[in-house]
Amino acid sequence: MSDLYEVAIIGSGPAGMSAAGQAAKRGMSHILLEKTDHLSDTIYKYQKGKHVMATPSDLQLRAGGYEEGVLKGMEFEEGTRERILGIWNTHCGIEAADIPVPDDPNNEIQTFDINYKLNAEVTKVEQVDGDDARFTITLKDGGTVRANAIILAIGTQGNPNKLRCPGADHPMITSQLDDPEDHIDKNVIVVGTGDAGIENAMGLATDPALGNTVTILNRGTDFAKAKIPNSTGLKNADEAGELRIAYRTSPVEVRDGEMVVEGAEGQEVIPCEMIIARIGSQPPRKFIESMGIEFTSEDRSAFPILSDEFESTVKGIFVIGALAGYPLIKHCMNQGYDVIEYLATGEAVEPADQPLLEQVFEGLPGNESVSHWLHVYQENVELFQGLSILQMRELMLDSTCRAYAPGDKIFERGDPGSSLFAIAQGSVAVEVNPSDPSITVPIGQGSIFGEVGLVSGRRRGATIRAAEDVVLVELSRKAALKLIGSSPEASEAVKRISIERQMLQMFGSGLTPDDIKPLVDSAQTEEFPSGKVVIQQGDDDKDIFIVRFGSMEVSLEDGDKSTFLSLIPAGSFFGEMAVIDGSKRTSTVKAAVKSEVIRLPGQMFLDLLDKKPQLRERALQIMEERKASNEDLEDRTRDAGDSVANYTSSAEFLIKQGMGEATDALLIDERLCVGCDNCEKACADSHDGLSRLDREAGKSFANLHVPISCRHCEIPHCMADCPPNAIQRRSNGEVSIDAETCIGCGNCATFCPYEVIKMEKAPPEKPSLFDWLVFGSGPGPGEASYAWRSENADPGAAKKAVKCDMCAGIDGGPACVRACPTGAAIRVSPDKFINFAKLTEDVEN
Amino acid sequence: MASVPNNRLEQDERRRDADHIGFLKYRRYRWLWIALIVSILSIVGYAFIEQEPRPNGGSWYGYTLGTIGLLLIVWLSLLGIRKRNISEGRWSLKAWTSAHIYLGLALTIIGTLHTGFQIGWNVHTLAYFLMLLVIVSGIWGVFAYASLPSALAAEPMLPGSDKPDAPRDRRQTQESMLEDVAAIDRQLNVAAQPLGRAQCDLVIAALNQDIFYGGAIARLTGAYPGCKTKQALQNIAQSGSEAETSVHDLLARRSEILGLIRRRLRTKALLEVWLFFHIPATIALLAALLAHVVSVFYYW
Repeated sequence: MSDLYEVAIIGSGPAGMSAAGQAAKRGMSHILLEKTDHLSDTIYKYQKGKHVMATPSDLQLRAGGYEEGVLKGMEFEEGTRERILGIWNTHCGIEAADIPVPDDPNNEIQTFDINYKLNAEVTKVEQVDGDDARFTITLKDGGTVRANAIILAIGTQGNPNKLRCPGADHPMITSQLDDPEDHIDKNVIVVGTGDAGIENAMGLATDPALGNTVTILNRGTDFAKAKIPNSTGLKNADEAGELRIAYRTSPVEVRDGEMVVEGAEGQEVIPCEMIIARIGSQPPRKFIESMGIEFTSEDRSAFPILSDEFESTVKGIFVIGALAGYPLIKHCMNQGYDVIEYLATGEAVEPADQPLLEQVFEGLPGNESVSHWLHVYQENVELFQGLSILQMRELMLDSTCRAYAPGDKIFERGDPGSSLFAIAQGSVAVEVNPSDPSITVPIGQGSIFGEVGLVSGRRRGATIRAAEDVVLVELSRKAALKLIGSSPEASEAVKRISIERQMLQMFGSGLTPDDIKPLVDSAQTEEFPSGKVVIQQGDDDKDIFIVRFGSMEVSLEDGDKSTFLSLIPAGSFFGEMAVIDGSKRTSTVKAAVKSEVIRLPGQMFLDLLDKKPQLRERALQIMEERKASNEDLEDRTRDAGDSVANYTSSAEFLIKQGMGEATDALLIDERLCVGCDNCEKACADSHDGLSRLDREAGKSFANLHVPISCRHCEIPHCMADCPPNAIQRRSNGEVSIDAETCIGCGNCATFCPYEVIKMEKAPPEKPSLFDWLVFGSGPGPGEASYAWRSENADPGAAKKAVKCDMCAGIDGGPACVRACPTGAAIRVSPDKFINFAKLTEDVEN
Repeated sequence: MASVPNNRLEQDERRRDADHIGFLKYRRYRWLWIALIVSILSIVGYAFIEQEPRPNGGSWYGYTLGTIGLLLIVWLSLLGIRKRNISEGRWSLKAWTSAHIYLGLALTIIGTLHTGFQIGWNVHTLAYFLMLLVIVSGIWGVFAYASLPSALAAEPMLPGSDKPDAPRDRRQTQESMLEDVAAIDRQLNVAAQPLGRAQCDLVIAALNQDIFYGGAIARLTGAYPGCKTKQALQNIAQSGSEAETSVHDLLARRSEILGLIRRRLRTKALLEVWLFFHIPATIALLAALLAHVVSVFYYW
């Protein structure tokens, strides 16, 4: 019979460490199980010397020092990777060769006698009936551990995928390469041509002193998953004979000292002493579900269903940390503490976020308690009704709660904004007609608004005012998306409301939700990847579409020649001509960027037109306008001859450069650019000494150059996974990073397809321009050289994400444009710029 | 975020709507018109205002022109500070450039009228001719700025780019072109092993030559007669042995990239070379001007 513990903690990251430390302090019998041969694998894998922040900064850590008998939780302070790992090693009594023992002049770092077990990968968790333990945990080495409770703190990193061939467990296969210089004179096979695989292969092969023979297997012939510099570098190394790329080749079997592969010309045996498999990883969800734990939805981003005490749907298994949806260190550590305290005392600890929530509700009338408002919001807002109190707290933390008096403006037409509003008390009025604010449509208690901005990322379509005394919550885009992702009902409700509102808004006044109910009921949303055709010219299908997010490219085809007509932004409809006049499709419409459209059946739309003559008039009017503009363009392109082809290619080039999703982008007219780089210098000098644009890099076509610079996308890729939610679209439409809250994780830099985000330390202050001009001190205007910065910088400073903020808060607007001596640099909004007049404009001096 | 509308939003919208217009055409030649009016007024004044005993820098009209000229010169020379001092506010360097050019040109008229056509071997005439030198070099600069960028933009693509109308990857710029050369060099090192002594020496000479050799003259003319890569290319035949063919091909690619780097360096040099006259002449002008003004008042 194996040992029995009160609690088994799986995973030794911040959450698991904190739980184990607290259990040790309380004298609770425990075991900390770690899959790898070191603690905290995620932090361990950080580059050497990386600064780990204590985030979120405004959250109180449940910590109370290390003295005997103090049960207040483990301390945590920001510091280098080595210091943090060193402290945790000390807590466990681990002596590691690669992590130095941390400085501890006052002898404060205690040994907690944490009972840990490294190299203990859990393969199975079973509930036992009629035993003295509730769970049996099976380890990879076959051993078992029995426990009454389990704390799952395994993070979201998952397990690396294995090769799918016999011999996949062979000891010479590894999924990680720490230091290429540890490997000399080896035959190495790298499987996988993503960035990780390529970087490993290059590291091992390109230094001839190492003498390695490297083969990298590529299942196909391209390197779609890798960044361009990586794939180019790899191809060059292959050409130079430094390594070999085996194209169209996949593993067949791994044997001692060799690997059998299947290539284009049959099987081949490659000798090897090491195989590096970099073929992605498996998220831990399946493993968790195998224990019987349920998730909130099928959605990939969903989290396990948890009680207020972090208990999962399996009694006795608690889920904390990133896996529970809390990727920040202080959350994790607090939760570890909370769960152990709950297990020890049977009572829930008052949540650590109480003071923060008090602040959130501060501005609301009546001086009511946190729990009062939590209940008001949850009961009144339909969208929140399926949430647990824990989820409610989390949601409200990321949100802003406000009260408005009747007539107060909540937002105005044209304001940027991608947040979602929900009405807890009272109602609001939407000014649907910009020219006559007296025409309003009400939205009542419990409902939501602002959802179009949330979905499309575009500016607000109407002004909204409080109709009576109203209490609202404004959910940040991130919080709203998390809510939608975790609750299918919420997702469905938001989708329905947004389709309805979008239709009401587009076809103007005179329609009621009842009129369009059949249309909304039969509406379907469809996603189109960039470049996929939605409507083909000449077809006679009769559906009508609304762009939900993304944008559409309309072109006229004539044989194999195509002429670009226009860009349809999110929130607009298309395909109405064929429906109204019964003709065939007159042009081709395809997605300019990844987009979602709402498909409405054409016949139902016609029925609606029959019932509503006003609507018919409005639709005809819009159609005539569009026809006229297309015909006008056709006339002009006919006269313009050669420049038409050029114009179409220019438009397509710009769309390919991401202009289809941009809101404000920097372009450079090469006929005017003298290459002085004053734009870059101005950028650096307007901010903290770092340029957020690279003029020379980027692509060019027909005199237009798209430098490496932020496009302020409608739905910013960089915002997709920012753990501290530091990236926001702010009041002037700019997408900017809050340097205070940025934790330097680099997610945004990875997600940005345009490579506009840099990870940099804040540079030191430069001597003034006067000092430079007169005394020659300092590096002069513009971004200082890397050498100067690192020489003068604070060595302890953390690298943080740096990108364009459109010079927010700087009077005069973007410095890059103001500082261009010739007028070559322009910042444009692509939906206004990508048209015939602007693209063919003569810009000679 | 819900927010009150502000000026920045309107300002941004106007900016996004604006057409792209060069520094010469700025605001429909606003500064050209202003410069023309100032020049014509000065000429008319010179012709019709009675100056006794003769038109001269020392008459009241001469002093007026001199003061205007002096202020203009000081203001024009402040462009160098303006472009480096990225302060807040709604200024535009394009407007400054435009004004700098046209008002600078107007200075020829104002300055010349201020002399009253009295030329001699003295510090006053020195200042006048320095001013002309600055203006002439400035005109050269305007021509360079107005014509060279289009030439640079029309540069052929990197070797290896498939289609002439494919978007050019500007990431392949100086730095990455040098990386390309380095990559070719590594391959040459291997490929040249089977060659004979004489041919090896040619390749080694090509590899050892500084890519940026040649100095200012080569930079400006684009002529690199001593290019060892070219010499090696001429002496290692493509039709030779397998090793010779591959070395020849590598050298050809190397030469092509070097050509591109050099053409680009040349355009960049031509865009900057006039400043080597314009700026020192400006400093000298300011010094001469100081001497001119001090001496005029000293000998009053």
